[in-house]
Amino acid sequence: MKILVCITHVPDTTSKIQFTENNTQFDKNGVQFIIGPYDDYALARAVELKEQLGASLTVMNVGESDSDPTLRKALAIGADDAIRVNAFPKDSLFVANQIAHIAKSNGYELILMGRESIDFNGGMVHGMVGELLGMPSISPVMKLEVEGDTVKMSREIEGGKEYVEAKLPLIAGCQEPIAEWKIPNMRGIMSARTKPFSVVEPVVEEGNSRVISYELPPAKAGVKLVDKDNVEELVRLLKNEAKVL
Amino acid sequence: METIKKSINGGEFLIKETAAEDIFIFEEFSEEQKMMAQACQDFVDTEITPRIEEIDSMKNPDLVPQIFKKAGELGLLGISVPEVFGGMGMSFNTSMLIADIIGAAGSFSTTYGAHTGIGTLPILYYGTEDQKNKYLPKLATGQWAACYCLTEPDAGSDANSGKTKATLSADGKHYVLNGQKMWISNAGFADLFIVFAKIEDDKNLTAFIVEKSFGGITMNEEEKKMGIKGSSTRQVFFNDCQVPVENMLSDRQNGFKIAVNILNIGRVKLGAGVLGGVRTVTSLAIKYSTERKQFGVSINTFGAIKAKLAEMAIRTFATEALCYRAGQDIEDRINSLIAEGMQDSEAKLKGVEQFAIECAIAKVHGSEVLDYVVDQGVQVYGGMGYSADAPMERAYRDARISRIYEGTNEINRMLMVGMLLKRAMKGEVNIFEPAMAVSKELTSVPSFESLDTSTLFAAEKDVLNKLKKVFLMVGGKAAMSLQDRIEDEQEVMMNLADVMIEIYAAESAILRAEKLVGLRGEESCQQQIAMAKVYLSEAAEKINIAAKEAIASFTSGDEQKVMLMGLKRFTKMDLVDTKSLRRQIADFMIEKGHYPFS
Ligand SMILES: Cc1cc2nc3c(=O)[nH]c(=O)nc-3n(C[C@H](O)[C@H](O)[C@H](O)COP(=O)(O)OP(=O)(O)OC[C@H]3O[C@@H](n4cnc5c(N)ncnc54)[C@H](O)[C@@H]3O)c2cc1C
Repeated sequence: MKILVCITHVPDTTSKIQFTENNTQFDKNGVQFIIGPYDDYALARAVELKEQLGASLTVMNVGESDSDPTLRKALAIGADDAIRVNAFPKDSLFVANQIAHIAKSNGYELILMGRESIDFNGGMVHGMVGELLGMPSISPVMKLEVEGDTVKMSREIEGGKEYVEAKLPLIAGCQEPIAEWKIPNMRGIMSARTKPFSVVEPVVEEGNSRVISYELPPAKAGVKLVDKDNVEELVRLLKNEAKVL
Repeated sequence: METIKKSINGGEFLIKETAAEDIFIFEEFSEEQKMMAQACQDFVDTEITPRIEEIDSMKNPDLVPQIFKKAGELGLLGISVPEVFGGMGMSFNTSMLIADIIGAAGSFSTTYGAHTGIGTLPILYYGTEDQKNKYLPKLATGQWAACYCLTEPDAGSDANSGKTKATLSADGKHYVLNGQKMWISNAGFADLFIVFAKIEDDKNLTAFIVEKSFGGITMNEEEKKMGIKGSSTRQVFFNDCQVPVENMLSDRQNGFKIAVNILNIGRVKLGAGVLGGVRTVTSLAIKYSTERKQFGVSINTFGAIKAKLAEMAIRTFATEALCYRAGQDIEDRINSLIAEGMQDSEAKLKGVEQFAIECAIAKVHGSEVLDYVVDQGVQVYGGMGYSADAPMERAYRDARISRIYEGTNEINRMLMVGMLLKRAMKGEVNIFEPAMAVSKELTSVPSFESLDTSTLFAAEKDVLNKLKKVFLMVGGKAAMSLQDRIEDEQEVMMNLADVMIEIYAAESAILRAEKLVGLRGEESCQQQIAMAKVYLSEAAEKINIAAKEAIASFTSGDEQKVMLMGLKRFTKMDLVDTKSLRRQIADFMIEKGHYPFS
C-alpha cells in the first residue's frame, strides 16, 4: 500500500506572533517552525501502519525551501521519501490542488493529514482534496485501522462516538489520540539525509482567496472575582461591563 | 579532501591570540545536529519533566530503568559509541550538545552521564576487541546499564589510595574482588560495573569489567541526598566477587591512568552538561518575573531583577562559548591524529588529554555558573523560590553536586595549574619566554601609543592580551620563586586557576560574539556584543583580585611594588557601563520571554 502524509510547516505553538508589511505578512523572524501538531499525529499513525502493513510512506509539503528541515524531520521520524511542491502555500484550495495532483500522479491509496493546520486553522484541505479526487474524506479521525481494503475509523461527535468504515482509497484528517507523537531516534535522523527528497514545481492553479490584513486579538483583560454569594453583582457586571447578557 | 584544522595546543590560549574564525560556536551546529538536540529536548520534555517528582521520590524502582530504556531506543545512550558497536558514532561536539540538552533533566542527567561517560567509555577506549564486541552493543542500546566504581569511603579525591583488592585465584582463571565502594551512581540498577582495585601491593589501581551476574556484589540502601534524588547512589560491596582474568581492562596498574583520562572527558562534558539546566532556569526566571507583580508592576521592571536576569544570561553565554570551543578543539585534534594514522580510540584519548586544562576549566566554570544561576533563580522567585512546589527549589538542590563530583573544583583548579606548569617544564607550552618578556616590560617605560579602537572588539582584545600578561607575570614569578613549594601554596594555585578560567571564558565570549557578528552582522548581534563586553569587564575585576592576593602572598618589597604597578597597568580598561548593558540585555530577553541566545 502507498501512504501519503501531508505535512504543514507551522510556527511553534509558543511563538510570539507579529506582522510586517503593514500587517499583510507574518513576521517569520526568530520564529521556530515545526511539523503541524495534527499532522504529527497523522505521521505517527502512518509510521505504525507502514510497519504493520509493510506499506510505503511518502511525506509532502507545499512550501518554500525553508520547509525542508521540517520535511527532513518527517523522514527522520520514519517516512521513506519526501516531496516538496515548491510554492508559497497561498490558500487552502491552492494547496489542495497541489496535493491532488501529486496524489493522482503517484497513486497513493491512503492520504493522511492533520484535521487542520495550526497557523490558519482552515480545516478545509482534506475535504477539498477529496472533492478534487472523488475520494471519501473523513475528519476528524481519532482512531484508524486498515483491514484489507477497508478502513475502520472512529471519531467523537456531539454526545457520543461515531464509527465509520470506508474503502480505500480515502483521505483522513487526523487528531489525537490516533497515535502518540514520535520523537525521531538518532539513527532515523542520520538516515534522513540519504532518503529521496524531491522538489517539484506547482501545477499552476491560483487560489481563490487573498489576505487583506492581519490583526492580533485584543490583549486579555484582567479577571474580576465575584463572591459566590453575590449573584446580583455578577449579573450586573455581565450586563453592564461585559455586555454579554 | 577535508582540510584538517590544526588548533593551538592545550593551555596555549594563555600565550597566543586566537582568531574568531578558528573557534566553533553554538550557532554553527548543523540542521542535523539541531534536529538531534530537539529530539533530545522532546525526550526531556515528555518523558522526564512531567515525572520529575515521581523520579525523585524513588518510590517506583522501575521508573528510571524504563526511562533509561527509552533513551536507549532513541539512540541517546550510544552517541559516542562507533556504529560497528551498535552506537551512533557521532562527533565529540555532538556528544557535548546532547549532554547539554540532557542537562535539563535533573537527576536523570547524572544517570545519563554516569552510564554514557564513566560507565561506557573505559571499555570503548581501553577495551580489547573482544571486550568491546561483548559489552558495547549492550551499553549503547541501553539493554544494560553501567556504573563506575572508583571512590571508596577513605579514597575520594585521593582516588589512587583505594583499598579494594583483586587477588588472582589459585587456578589463575579469576581475580577475586574484595572491598567497598561508595557514592556509586547507577549502582541500584546497573548490570555492569567498572571497578578499580589493587592487585597485591601494587602502587596503582587496575580496572576490571564486572558483570552483576558474576555474584559477590551487595549494596547498601540508596543514599539520602540533598539533590539529584532520583539518581541511584549506593555503596557497593565486593565479597569474593569472581572476575574472569580476561575481564581485566587494559594492563595491570593502568587503572589510575584510565580513571584520569576518562575524567578529562567527563569534565568537559559536565561543563556542557550544566547548560540545559542553566537555560531552563534562566527562562523560568524570565517568565516568572514577567508574571509576578509587586507594587503594581511586574517585578521584571525593577533594575535589581533585570541585573540578575542579564547576569544569568551573560555567564551562560560564556560557558556555552568556552565549552563548544574546547569541544571543537578536541574534535579537530582527534581528526588530525587519525589522519596521521593513529588508531581511533588512542586518537580520542590523546585529543582530550591535549586539552585537559580546558576540560578542567569547563568543569569548574560550568558548575559555578550553574550554582550562580540557580541561586539567582531562587532569588527572582522570592518566597516561591523556597517552595518545593515551584521548580527553583529542586534546581537549586540538584545543582550543588556538580562542584563536587568528576573531581572537586579545588582538585580541578590545582590540576589545571599543575598541568600547565608541568607542560611548561617539559617545554610543551612555552610560558617562560613570554613571562620573561612581561617581566622586562614591567621595568621599562610603558608605551603611550594609542590603540585604534575603530574595529569591533579591538579594545577588548587589547584588554585580553594584557590580562594574559597578568597571568604570565604572576604565574611566572610564582613558578620561579616558589618552585616545587607551589604545591603547598594551594591558595596561590587557586588564584592562578581563577585567572586562567576567567581569561579563557572572557576570550571565548568575545570570540563567539565576534564570529557571530561575522555571520549575522553587527546589527542583529547587539546583545551578544553587550554580553561579551560585560563578561570581560567582570573578568578583569576578578583577575585583579586574584592576582593581588597571589602577589601579596609570595612577594615583598620592591619586587612587590613593581608587580603591583604592573598589575595596575595590565588590568587598566575603559570603564564599562555594565548597568545599562545589563538592562538592555534583560529587556531583550523579557521581550523574547526566554533565554534566546542558543
Ligand atoms: C551524588 C554523588 C555521585 C557520585 N558518583 C560517583 C560515581 O559514580 N563513581 C565514583 O567513583 N564516585 C562517585 N562520586 C564520588 C565523588 O567523585 C567524590 O565524592 C569526590 O571525588 C570527592 O571525594 P570525597 O567525597 O571523598 O571528598 P574529599 O576528597 O574528602 O574532599 C573533601 C574536601 O576536601 C578537599 N580536598 C581533598 N583533597 C584535597 C587536596 N589535595 N587539596 C585541597 N583540597 C582537597 C575537596 O576539594 C573537598 O572540598 C559521587 C559522589 C556523589 C556525592
